Amino acid sequence: MDKIRFATVWLAGCSGCHMSFLDLDEWLLELAAQVEVVYSPVGCDLKIYPENVDVCLVEGGIANEDNLELIHLVRKNTKTLISFGDCAVTANVPAMRNMLGGAEPVLKRAYLELGDLQRQLPHEPGIVPELLEQVLPVHEIVPVDIFMPGCPPDANRIRATLEPLLKGEKPLMQGREMIKFG
Amino acid sequence: MSVKTLTINDTPVAVEAGATILEAAKQAGITIPTLCHLEGVSDVGACRLCLVEIKGINKLLPACVTEVAEGMEVQTETAKLREYRKMTVELLFSEGNHVCSVCVANGACELQDMAVTVGMDHSRFSYRFPDRPIDISHPSFAIDHNRCILCTRCVRVCAEIEGAHVWDVANRGEKCYVISGLDQPWGEVNACTSCGKCVEACPTGAIFHKGETTGEKTSDPGLLDFLVTARKKQQWIR
Repeated sequence: MDKIRFATVWLAGCSGCHMSFLDLDEWLLELAAQVEVVYSPVGCDLKIYPENVDVCLVEGGIANEDNLELIHLVRKNTKTLISFGDCAVTANVPAMRNMLGGAEPVLKRAYLELGDLQRQLPHEPGIVPELLEQVLPVHEIVPVDIFMPGCPPDANRIRATLEPLLKGEKPLMQGREMIKFG
Repeated sequence: MSVKTLTINDTPVAVEAGATILEAAKQAGITIPTLCHLEGVSDVGACRLCLVEIKGINKLLPACVTEVAEGMEVQTETAKLREYRKMTVELLFSEGNHVCSVCVANGACELQDMAVTVGMDHSRFSYRFPDRPIDISHPSFAIDHNRCILCTRCVRVCAEIEGAHVWDVANRGEKCYVISGLDQPWGEVNACTSCGKCVEACPTGAIFHKGETTGEKTSDPGLLDFLVTARKKQQWIR
């Protein structure tokens, strides 16, 4: 049997979910034996999201043009897309900027009102991705197959989600151990 | 004392006339999920989590404010009710700004627990991200309206147990929010005795002790039931 093609992506989140993934410690060796890591900020150095990915953990909400482009590519090329952590599932802390209105008041607040020296709005088309008006959870942009809440989901929850998938089964996301937010 | 007999989930129950379906269910050992219900104060049917199905009535009724009747046939765990409860919790999350990870009540929140109970792993409704204020004018406490689910437990505990009636509800629909005094900053309301009962009554992190940070709030709703029992029955028991 071919190895499961496994990926993780990091969108608008703090990378805490990926740190929690690394908390899997020695189980990472077992996982590595069963999957081929084809894209991941913590497990692989490839820069382009590949085709035919079996399972992808998506950390973070959708906050800018870059996130938006990547999540569409991830969806197109992935069989099982997992919203990984509260930012992906609810937009969480990154979405607290949504209460300020749109992208413009957020940028003005951060770069003009609170700036010390050389107050200016960042503008580098093609280099610095433009902010979207609102930060949104992944499932409001593309369909999601499995939701794994938690800020971050702890290593046990990550393992309990991935283990059934390695056997071709769907994990049961219920109960405090699996779906508590925060 | 007249007694009514009814069935809840096909289990026969005999209960005092005038009791609510929620009380009858509790007596029969059947748990109906609630958020706005608080032992010791009146019920208002605000959260809609305790909706039940009653044979012969084609709409769902809140168990906390529906009196039992002779021969009533109540169902509390149908597929339809489970789905509605899950939707209700998702609506509560999407209506306000509930960011569990940075909330004082993380780990001790009835809304967070209810999401687990009803099996909510995401919200199917779009988050509204409303612009809501925080009032830190009181010397000891604070209220963050982002986390308020409008259960009105603070309103009832303040009016009915403390007798101060500092809290009330203003406006309707999406503009609805709890007010202190005559919609004044909490710290300027002379009627407030700073007793802290509203803090204990709040099911979420909306009303909290100043200085508490993420995950530090531990509310004690049982304290209020204790006070009522002590006052009415002269029994100081918990």
